[in-house]
Amino acid sequence: MRNFLIWAVVAVALIILPNLVSFSQQEVLVFLTINILVVASYRLLTLTGEWSLGHVVIMGVGAYASALVTKELGLWVPLGILVGGASAAFIAFLLSYPLFRMKGFYFLIGSFAAGEIIRLMWKRFRDPFGGAKGIKGIDPMPDFSIGIYQFDFFEPVSYFYFSAVVVALCLWILWRIEKSPVGLTFHAVHWQDKLAQASGVNLRSYRTLAFVIASGFAGIAGALLAHYIGTINPNSFDVEVMVFVLTWAIVGGTGTFYGPILGCIVLTILNEIVLRELGLEQTRPLIYGLILILSILFMPNGLESIVQKFTRRKEAK
Amino acid sequence: MTSLLEVQNLTMRFGGLTAVDGLNFKVEKGHIHGLIGPNGAGKTTTFNMISGFYTPSDGKVLLNGEEISGLPMHHVANRGIVRTFQHSTLFGELSVLDNALVGTHMTFRPNIFAAILGLDGAARRNALDRARSSLEFFGLGGLENELAGDLSHGHQRALGMAVAYASRPDLILLDEPFTGMNPEETRQMMELMRRLCAEGTTILLVEHDMQAIMGLCDNITCMSFGKFLAEGGPSEIRNHPDVIEAYLGGARHVA
Ligand SMILES: Nc1ncnc2c1ncn2[C@@H]1O[C@H](COP(=O)(O)OP(=O)(O)OP(=O)(O)O)[C@@H](O)[C@H]1O
Ligand SMILES: [Mg+2]
Repeated sequence: MRNFLIWAVVAVALIILPNLVSFSQQEVLVFLTINILVVASYRLLTLTGEWSLGHVVIMGVGAYASALVTKELGLWVPLGILVGGASAAFIAFLLSYPLFRMKGFYFLIGSFAAGEIIRLMWKRFRDPFGGAKGIKGIDPMPDFSIGIYQFDFFEPVSYFYFSAVVVALCLWILWRIEKSPVGLTFHAVHWQDKLAQASGVNLRSYRTLAFVIASGFAGIAGALLAHYIGTINPNSFDVEVMVFVLTWAIVGGTGTFYGPILGCIVLTILNEIVLRELGLEQTRPLIYGLILILSILFMPNGLESIVQKFTRRKEAK
Repeated sequence: MTSLLEVQNLTMRFGGLTAVDGLNFKVEKGHIHGLIGPNGAGKTTTFNMISGFYTPSDGKVLLNGEEISGLPMHHVANRGIVRTFQHSTLFGELSVLDNALVGTHMTFRPNIFAAILGLDGAARRNALDRARSSLEFFGLGGLENELAGDLSHGHQRALGMAVAYASRPDLILLDEPFTGMNPEETRQMMELMRRLCAEGTTILLVEHDMQAIMGLCDNITCMSFGKFLAEGGPSEIRNHPDVIEAYLGGARHVA
């Protein structure tokens, strides 16, 4: 009951929130919502102990797939978004064969290389990927009405509501997975793969499973992005974006479900309010790099460790 | 009658070193079987080959007459052979209960769709019961919320066994389970192993504590420098001239 109340308050707050901010900030809210799904899905992969540098490219796979099936085949956009997720998951499944011959640092480099190959293919094949210019005029979400509210996707507020519902659903699924025996097995694979295997766990299957699920949700995030901005190109998913994702995850901390999400929210607010106001937008990569180094030095367990300190103290009382 | 486990001509070479050299022995169902030998004799390497952690350079491992050598470790585990590790190998960052729950993996296979939809409640409850009963069995009942890494050494050894026992294996391979235990803990652990065996679990035991080995085992295989040395019941092994020579020789060498 108490939980229900908390979630009801959160929902109401999220409904009111976009009406309190400026138009450009409404757009930021949409990106923030999508980015939350990107980092939260990234965390699922890190549960098995593997860090990928290809996550953003995989997100791009979802974006391209959804853009193409809606534009070329006329598929209904919500279905296209699902196809985007499924395509990203499928590509991840194929990539898992070469990639999971490697572990740790080699996996990291391998995932980067795989991502760059995918990006090269987008650039190389103008048909269907549009080459370096990418795909323009991607179908927007079709407007619809749910009685009390008219979704008009020309407005960022409507897209914010729509993506918030999709992302909330995805987060709920990710959360259920993490708290399930499957999630426990992911942890087991990470912390002591020898013992996990001796307990009958097929390490390769579980690493692949985490990679495929994480990629599927990244693909949905990519598709949500594509149908919002209407144009994507290979540079929308380059390594600079990946560095942002890593920064959110590391600054927030990957020990808890909410850590990376917290990192994403805090850094986005910092970016939008502080940097934009100060006119330091251009230096964003520099400042992110600085924040990353500082947080590794002084806050190795991320923002979540600060939250934990407070909640622990409350429990102790 | 075929034995539960049989190794034939089992050999492991690491480059120029032959760690295990043409080893043969059988483990009968329902027995506690000891595998002893001086340091570096090749006992852990033998375990690694039986459990599928290493592929033997030569020879076979048979389980109920079927060859299992060369299978990956999780396949061997699924056939009913589960092992513990010589150096406490646990999920140190996870709770004691979660460690035991990983041990139930084979019996209660996680299903991701059921988990998302909340349809695996019964399986989760059963896994939890199984995990708790395994912890209880090894005297860890009160510690389920501790982190495994924070446990005392003796408790860590016990937890390693509880994780293995949680899968209810046919054959359990224990690599030096008594190291780091005080005499009282050792005595209790011996009692638990007898109970485990009485419940139908066959045990293959590597141990340097001769009193424990002699007190527990139905049958003992002794090896030295990778080779088979002797086999027999406790009294035979205790008085076997080659065994005495191997251990004394080793001791003299160390001294
Ligand atoms: N992975 C490996 N690579 C190379 N040599 C190894 C490897 N594993 C074991 N050895 C060598 O094989 C021999 C047997 O080692 P093993 O660990 O099986 O002995 P052990 O009987 O278990 O000894 P202990 O009683 O000290 O545990 C040793 O000489 C060891 O150095
Ligand atoms: Mg050993």
